[in-house]
Amino acid sequence: MIAVRDIHKSFGSVQAVRGVSFEATDGKITGLLGPNGAGKSTTLRVLYTVMTPDRGDALIDGMNVVTDSLAARQRIGALPHGAGLYPHLSARENIAYYARLCGLDKNTIDDRVAGIVELLEIDDFADRHTRGFSHGQRTKVAIARALVHEPQNIILDEPSSGLDVMATRSLRRLILKLKDSGRCVLFSSHVMQEVVALCDDIVIIANGKVAINDSADGIRNRTGCDDLEDAFVKAIRLVEPA
Amino acid sequence: MRTLLFVLAKEVLDNFRDRRTLISALVMGPLFGPILFAFVINLSIERTLADVDETMELPVIGGEHAPNLIRYLQSRNLDVVTGPADRAAAVAGVKTGIFDVVVVIPEGFGEQLVDGIPARVEVITDQANTQAERDARRARSALRAYSQELGAIRLVARGVSPSVVQALNVDEVDVSTPSGRSGILLGMMSYFFIFALLMGGMYLAIDTTAGERERGSLEPLLSLPVTRDQLMLGKIAATCVFMALSLILSLCSFFIALKFMPFEELGMTPNFGPRVVIAAFFILAPFILLGASVMTLVASFTKSYKEAQTWLSIVLIAPTLPILIVSILALRPQLGFMFVPSLSQHLLLIDMVKNEPVNLLHVTISVASTLVIGALLTWICARLYRREGLLG
Repeated sequence: MIAVRDIHKSFGSVQAVRGVSFEATDGKITGLLGPNGAGKSTTLRVLYTVMTPDRGDALIDGMNVVTDSLAARQRIGALPHGAGLYPHLSARENIAYYARLCGLDKNTIDDRVAGIVELLEIDDFADRHTRGFSHGQRTKVAIARALVHEPQNIILDEPSSGLDVMATRSLRRLILKLKDSGRCVLFSSHVMQEVVALCDDIVIIANGKVAINDSADGIRNRTGCDDLEDAFVKAIRLVEPA
Repeated sequence: MRTLLFVLAKEVLDNFRDRRTLISALVMGPLFGPILFAFVINLSIERTLADVDETMELPVIGGEHAPNLIRYLQSRNLDVVTGPADRAAAVAGVKTGIFDVVVVIPEGFGEQLVDGIPARVEVITDQANTQAERDARRARSALRAYSQELGAIRLVARGVSPSVVQALNVDEVDVSTPSGRSGILLGMMSYFFIFALLMGGMYLAIDTTAGERERGSLEPLLSLPVTRDQLMLGKIAATCVFMALSLILSLCSFFIALKFMPFEELGMTPNFGPRVVIAAFFILAPFILLGASVMTLVASFTKSYKEAQTWLSIVLIAPTLPILIVSILALRPQLGFMFVPSLSQHLLLIDMVKNEPVNLLHVTISVASTLVIGALLTWICARLYRREGLLG
């Protein structure tokens, strides 16, 4: 369960996020949708605590990301945009390193790594150094790494960008599996179709503010557009630029 | 603490698999010093030996005016050859470096000698050219010896003992020991150790900061439920491990290399046995923390791997600065210097190699002050890691 409460964040004179609030509930997939530069990544960065908001805060299962960030991080698995791996370590070693840092004990680590390798279908290349991995392989390992400590809340920043059809499909299957196991999944994208296909709740943000927060049908109704792309364009026009 | 160890273990493993880090830590640093050193020592031995034995060619103009002098010069192992056509050509030749030295004997030489007037001889040389200066010195000393010999004969002919003109008998007593003399040459050794040490951790310091950011692995790392201090300290610890390894290898390679260098021929006996090697390690060890934290700190400020490399090459040279200043001003070791990292290690090391008693107070101050500065910089690194600007 993630509750975002009126987050503001500026970089110099640029106001990246201007009061974003929404909730992402357990057992549901929430999509953060918006054009490039809308403030999606900044919002997510605040949620996985690598950035402190200028104003406002967020609760992860009741843990405040600003004042109790360590406890909040314990309950998050995050995939930042363009997350990199350690090229001289094998996929398995990359995953195990994160498991170790999350404080799992040795036996648990072996079980978890084996489990996550199977879940994400990365058996074929799990023992190779990640240096020559394709983008799809790297993304899978980075997701596996983020999930190894079995967090309740999963935050994925544009996980499908640059993936081919097959990889996107298996990513979708994974996200649905996580939802079915009662997790709270929050991911960002700028592709409307992808979000609609997966998400229970959609948060459209533009110019650092929430334009619409509703289900896919709710968005169609409120914008009066049947075509989703039109609905998206109409929604982001609702927010005046900064 | 456990987190720190996990980070340390991972960074060490990761970098052991990186050929570039490994080469700079285990090959470049430790071998660069001894090889350069062997080269310099051999060169200086060659030159010292060449001074005495070799026959030197000496161009002379107007040799026909002084046949006795020419014979005398030849008896001093100087191979007199006919020089350039005239004095002007000789000056031009020395200027351009065709000749190192030319002796000019003017026409009136014989008459002046007969009249008992000091006979004029010119030695044309370029004092800015050290190689030429060596030859000129030999020519000058041969001429001076001829002059003295001739003078003595004249005095004897007049019934005066030649010792009358020698009022003083100056006897120099050189108290320097063979170990002491080696201190001058081995002074540069200490910098090679510091260089090897820094080289060993350089790529690690870059990889764990700018490299991690460039690769995009920093952000997911920071989103894990561990404190940033622990991550930072683990990374600095890993850099320290590589630096220590590099230092040990460098000390060992010097220990072996010195055995094969002909120091006796230079009248030197460097005191660099196993015990000194171990003592040197402990004197230099505090510098490891300082080096690791400085390099990590500098690399944290840079935007990319390449930029970090540029800045860290400057850090590699920085420790020479205090050593250089003190060497040029020929300052003696004193208490105040012991507070300056790199300089204090350098001075203590020289004392050890010269086999002089090492001042324990100096050692204590050197170790303590270097450690304190290192700890302070590590703390600054940790503070810096808490900033979100770190993500770039």
